[in-house]
Amino acid sequence: MRKNMKMADLIGADYRLLTVIYRLGIKLGFGEKTVEETCRESGVNCDTFLLIANVYATEGYVPTTEMMTAASAIDLVRYLHASHSYYLDHEIQDLSRIFEDLLRPCTPMQRDVIMRFFDGYREEVENHFAYEEDIVFPYVRSVAGGQRVEGYSMETFEENHNNIDEKLNDLRNIVMKYLPPVCDTVTAIKALSRLCTLEADLEKHTLIENSILIPMVNRLEGKCQ
Amino acid sequence: MSVTKKKILLITPSRIIARGITSILEEHGGFSVETVLVDLSRENEATVRDSMADIVIVDPIIFDFASRPSGRSRISDLTDAAVIAAPTAVTDDETIKSYDETISIYDTPAAVISKLRNSLAQSAGGPRTENREELSAREKEILVCVAQGMLNKEIADRFHLSIYTVITHRKNITRKTGIKTVAGLTVYALLNNLIDPASVE
Repeated sequence: MRKNMKMADLIGADYRLLTVIYRLGIKLGFGEKTVEETCRESGVNCDTFLLIANVYATEGYVPTTEMMTAASAIDLVRYLHASHSYYLDHEIQDLSRIFEDLLRPCTPMQRDVIMRFFDGYREEVENHFAYEEDIVFPYVRSVAGGQRVEGYSMETFEENHNNIDEKLNDLRNIVMKYLPPVCDTVTAIKALSRLCTLEADLEKHTLIENSILIPMVNRLEGKCQ
Repeated sequence: MSVTKKKILLITPSRIIARGITSILEEHGGFSVETVLVDLSRENEATVRDSMADIVIVDPIIFDFASRPSGRSRISDLTDAAVIAAPTAVTDDETIKSYDETISIYDTPAAVISKLRNSLAQSAGGPRTENREELSAREKEILVCVAQGMLNKEIADRFHLSIYTVITHRKNITRKTGIKTVAGLTVYALLNNLIDPASVE
């Protein structure tokens, strides 16, 4: 990935990057413009975009120190925040509707059991995001502004950053293996593909937090002292 | 000399054991030790995967205590070879049973050879615990307890099992169903009519 590549070629090579540009506020309709031009017009730091896109699309990618220094922590936090909204406002909402459709032919007991599990998952995700929104992101913004906050550090975040993929994985297995036979297969396929997409996307989200946010803020913390 | 020798892969941290087994098998002639590994690190996993071994002989001590019961499965994930335990420390029965054979360090050379041959006949269907992919009756009982919120200790007491046996059952339940969380197992139990909906709050 290079700054002088056409944005369309980049997205064409890996369509999953569509969600990345969306979250950074880049709109479609970039025509023949390069990555750099598109970013500039949307007011996005091009280095941050490339860093996120590389980690997102390249398996086992390790960013260089130069890339980490060139990217902006503020932009990264903006991206992570937009991801959270995207999951909660779009993906999980849509899934909830799909599940309602899917479970309509089931008995009330079966419906309740699965929906209760789904709601439990949604709650877990909301709590996980709320912690980052309320504690971690404000901390990163202040460290990026050169101000160290007493009583919190990236180390605390790293220690408490637990995975939220287990319930989602369970949900996928429940739909795939144990769904009551009265359920409609096409709707089940829709639910499954959305679950798989969400699972893969969240995995990248966690990867971006662990392999970009944490080392980047660790370095900024050093500069504050 | 036209008979192909059966290939053996040894995993043991003990040089003495490795040389002892190698020497016994060389004297017999029907088997040849191709590879000796001291543990099952990432790199060595690849060696096991790429080996064309017919039999893997492993000292279960290479797995730490908590993961020892699932050691056999880890090896089976890498290779279809028969897997024989050669324990140098006391190892619980459940773990021992998951292997195709067990050789003792006090076995005579003839006994070792006969166990090796036996294991080749045994291993055709992979690890024994994986032969039946449906949950066993005991696993269903334990799943119901988990779904009702019981702790491992409480389950162990109810069925007079060791806590490690309960953990092994729970691992097998998760491996078979693909469900890790307690809430997910509760969904499984309810959808499969294993419990009365009124018994979970």
